[in-house]
Amino acid sequence: MNPVIKHIFRFILFILIQVFVLNTIPPLHQFIVPYLYFLFILWLPIGINRVALLLVAFLFGLSLDYFTGTPGLHASPCVLIAYLRPFLLQLLLAQETAEAGYKEPGHATMGWVPYITYAGILSLIHHICLVLIEWLQFGDFFYFIGKVTGTTAISLLMILIAELLIPRKEASRAGK
Amino acid sequence: MRNIFLFIQRYFTFISFLVLQIICIILLSRSSESHNSFFSTAANEVTGRINRQYSGVTQYFALRETNRLLAEENAQLRNLLKDNFIDTVAKSINVTDSTTRDSSGRTRKFRFLPAHVIGNTVTLQNNYLTIERGTLQGVKKGMAVTSPQGIVGVVVDAGPNISRIMSLLHRKSKVSAMLKKDGVAGSLEWDGADPSYLLLTDIPKSSVIKTGDTVLTSTYSSNFPSRLPIGTVSKINSDTESNFYTLRIKTAVNFFSIQYVYLIDNAFYQEQFNLEQSTPNKQ
Repeated sequence: MNPVIKHIFRFILFILIQVFVLNTIPPLHQFIVPYLYFLFILWLPIGINRVALLLVAFLFGLSLDYFTGTPGLHASPCVLIAYLRPFLLQLLLAQETAEAGYKEPGHATMGWVPYITYAGILSLIHHICLVLIEWLQFGDFFYFIGKVTGTTAISLLMILIAELLIPRKEASRAGK
Repeated sequence: MRNIFLFIQRYFTFISFLVLQIICIILLSRSSESHNSFFSTAANEVTGRINRQYSGVTQYFALRETNRLLAEENAQLRNLLKDNFIDTVAKSINVTDSTTRDSSGRTRKFRFLPAHVIGNTVTLQNNYLTIERGTLQGVKKGMAVTSPQGIVGVVVDAGPNISRIMSLLHRKSKVSAMLKKDGVAGSLEWDGADPSYLLLTDIPKSSVIKTGDTVLTSTYSSNFPSRLPIGTVSKINSDTESNFYTLRIKTAVNFFSIQYVYLIDNAFYQEQFNLEQSTPNKQ
């Protein structure tokens, strides 16, 4: 499949899953909110132009915001992780993988430990930014810490499950 | 001049990052000031259409529940029918109609408008519902929204065919509510914790409260008709520093499965609103 079409398809799919499946799940606890949508940004190709990456992330966050009725709330953390992503990849990737820019970050291209570090750090940053915006409006420090921890844990769990469930062709072909 | 261009070229990524973040912050601050300013009608219509497609599928799963609620409400309304009451004096004929004035010269204050819910969130801190009715069907900003079980929220933004409701599960939602048994009024809010519980604050400690007491909309509200159900008291928190109780209210509505709601138009809303705004707070 043409990679551009594949990513457009993923864009729509991740928005729909977040809006119609994850946001409708009755919450287990006030600290645990399932967020998976930003995996779209983590899965964009390694060598993507950095400005393009920022713009795509902004559009992606904003389209989710229109569904939830909170313009800017999800767009801001998305842009932040899109900006930090290249720096993190540079640190974690082996030289030869970094040169093959069409590949996507995944356990097959990066190895499990770097991939989990990559996903963990970015989802932590995403949730800190997201909850910080809510916290500035409502203000309760315990709430801030609890929600960041709970939400990051559940996100990381879902990212791992998605990684195991969904075989990504490009990623596995480039395996060791 | 050349240096400026070199600078921009060097830090282009960082500058575009800053610009996008600033746009986000502007959007956020504008939307929290007033709900109406940003929701452009066009974007609302697009997400509204997708929501409608999806709810067209999911509403079948809730048919049994919707049916039960409708039957319950029908029974309730049938009990109110004029035919059920016998006029022993038999000197006047009662006529039920929907005109703005009834035969005894009283003016109609509230009008009900049914609507189908096509979008709903409960997991965020500020939750909204989307309904398939708009200004073309007579929706106005500030209209109260209730479901057969209890009140749901207030209309904050109305497009031509799609409107948005600020749910009771919203940090800025504030509704005047009272206890059914003694009519003591307080203010109904949400603390963002659990979508099935609301908080009723400012109830003086002089009133005697038990868990299980019914809470209704108060007579002071400008958009809600009085005595609509809200929920029941599930926990009484007595604050030692103040003279007021904070009550935890179990909502009568199940916010996870709202399918149909009624919009309530108060004919005197604008008048009451303007009057209450124009009176100075400090005399």
